[in-house]
Amino acid sequence: MAGRVEGKVAFITGAARGQGRSHAIRLAEEGADIIAIDLLEEIPGAPYGPATRQDLDETVRAVEALDRRIIASKADVRDYEGLKAVLDAGVAELGRLDIVAANAGISTQMAPSEELDEAIWHDMIDTNLTGVWHTAKAAIPHIKAGGRGGSLVLTSSATGLQAYPNVAHYVSAKHGVVGLMRTLALELAPDMIRVNSLHPTQVDTPMIMNEPTFRLFLPGVEHPTVEDFEPASQAMNALPIPWVEPVDISNALLFLASDEARYVTGVALPIDAGAVVK
Amino acid sequence: MAGRVEGKVAFITGAARGQGRSHAIRLAEEGADIIAVDLVEQIDSVPYAMATPADLDETVRQVEALDRRIVAGRADVRDYDALKTALDEGVAQLGRLDIVSANAGIFSQGRSDELPEETWRDMIDVNLTGVWHTAKAAIPHLRAAGGSMILTSSTAGLAGFENFAHYVSAKHGVVGLMRTLALELAPDMIRVNSVHPTSVDTDMIQNAMTYALFAPDLPESERTREALGPRFQTMNALPIPWVDPVDISNAVLWLASDEARYVTGVALPVDAGFTAK
Repeated sequence: MAGRVEGKVAFITGAARGQGRSHAIRLAEEGADIIAIDLLEEIPGAPYGPATRQDLDETVRAVEALDRRIIASKADVRDYEGLKAVLDAGVAELGRLDIVAANAGISTQMAPSEELDEAIWHDMIDTNLTGVWHTAKAAIPHIKAGGRGGSLVLTSSATGLQAYPNVAHYVSAKHGVVGLMRTLALELAPDMIRVNSLHPTQVDTPMIMNEPTFRLFLPGVEHPTVEDFEPASQAMNALPIPWVEPVDISNALLFLASDEARYVTGVALPIDAGAVVK
Repeated sequence: MAGRVEGKVAFITGAARGQGRSHAIRLAEEGADIIAVDLVEQIDSVPYAMATPADLDETVRQVEALDRRIVAGRADVRDYDALKTALDEGVAQLGRLDIVSANAGIFSQGRSDELPEETWRDMIDVNLTGVWHTAKAAIPHLRAAGGSMILTSSTAGLAGFENFAHYVSAKHGVVGLMRTLALELAPDMIRVNSVHPTSVDTDMIQNAMTYALFAPDLPESERTREALGPRFQTMNALPIPWVDPVDISNAVLWLASDEARYVTGVALPVDAGFTAK
């Protein structure tokens, strides 16, 4: 039985682990081939270690175990020319491009706005906003060339719809993604290329499972543990859960990428256990 | 292979035709049994012919052709006791309730300062109060195992339109109700979301009144489906005049399924980019 994105090709950034790997696997489960990239480098100010070549290899192994093709490369979404070269090569080999998951993102220094480091600010905007624009810019000609429309899904955040203290650079970039999404939706509509954004609440990945992130939620606690973090994280959500799983974001991506959502565009879709409505 | 809502029971209002019938069929295709109600009667202030009992029979036939069970009956969403009786009877027969599609709705038109009292009242009673009644009747049944309520709003629930203030007001109200229910029912893992269609290709828009509304400059004889298409299309970003009922059903299906197990409080447009425009 044909999968829900059978025969399509998806470009996924930040695919070495976390949500990106989950997206690659979920789309492959439903019949897509994958072009995957990841920075695979240390990020200054990030409270977690970098994704590694081994991580990206594991994504490749998981997709190939599903009998789908995958082309995985090291690339930096801040470097347009490098990103474009990798995508062009991937499309040349796999033959087409239908879906884009602009998922690559970082979390860094957590501090009041006036204390944020200049370089930290720039890295955040460059990766979480400009990197998304670069991803779309590189992909659009390939999708247009197919003449059959397509689906861009940009990963924003609950923080792209409402504000939280001490992460102004992250909030700004994620809000910016919404503006970019809406603009792209209007510009690409005549070509039946749809553009939407995903807005997760906390997702159970290395990006949040670290002490500096726990401290963001528990400012009075010197060395908070995940047991301390759990109720604090849950307090942000309406549903009584502390975080969602990567597959929950992937299921939303799959819906938006598929023909089931053929007329859904310009939509900011929260997968947030009700955090934004609370 | 198990369907995406295999073994679940869905309560659908306004199920005789249009989007409601489409939801019943789509959910049944994915393994759900159906409790279906419709007014199957004309409301005087509604200027197009509303669904008939024969329409509801056809929905039953199509669901049963998929080898799913369906309990269908006449009910008016404005009449809480009658609605509750119909739902309780359906749940007694099918054994559970997991999904609610509060889809029943009407459309009419008039300038804000000219709308007759009855026209305003019918619209609020069906399109807003009827949704609250549907939720109220369903909640006790859903508490047992969690569930998913999908309230049908509209692009008119997010944006203003001239000529139908009562419809816009009711559809906006549905968003407020959705958000409130999402917060109240979250501790029970009952999710509540709204869908916001642009024009959908059903009897609600393919009629003389709606054609007159969107092409008042054309002589009545020239107001055809073909002539109206481009008028509807200008509202959308994607170059299409309207979506099909199945497009709304696919969104309802996704929200009803476990794939959206943590999605709540969301207003989901299925609107060809209308609200982005």
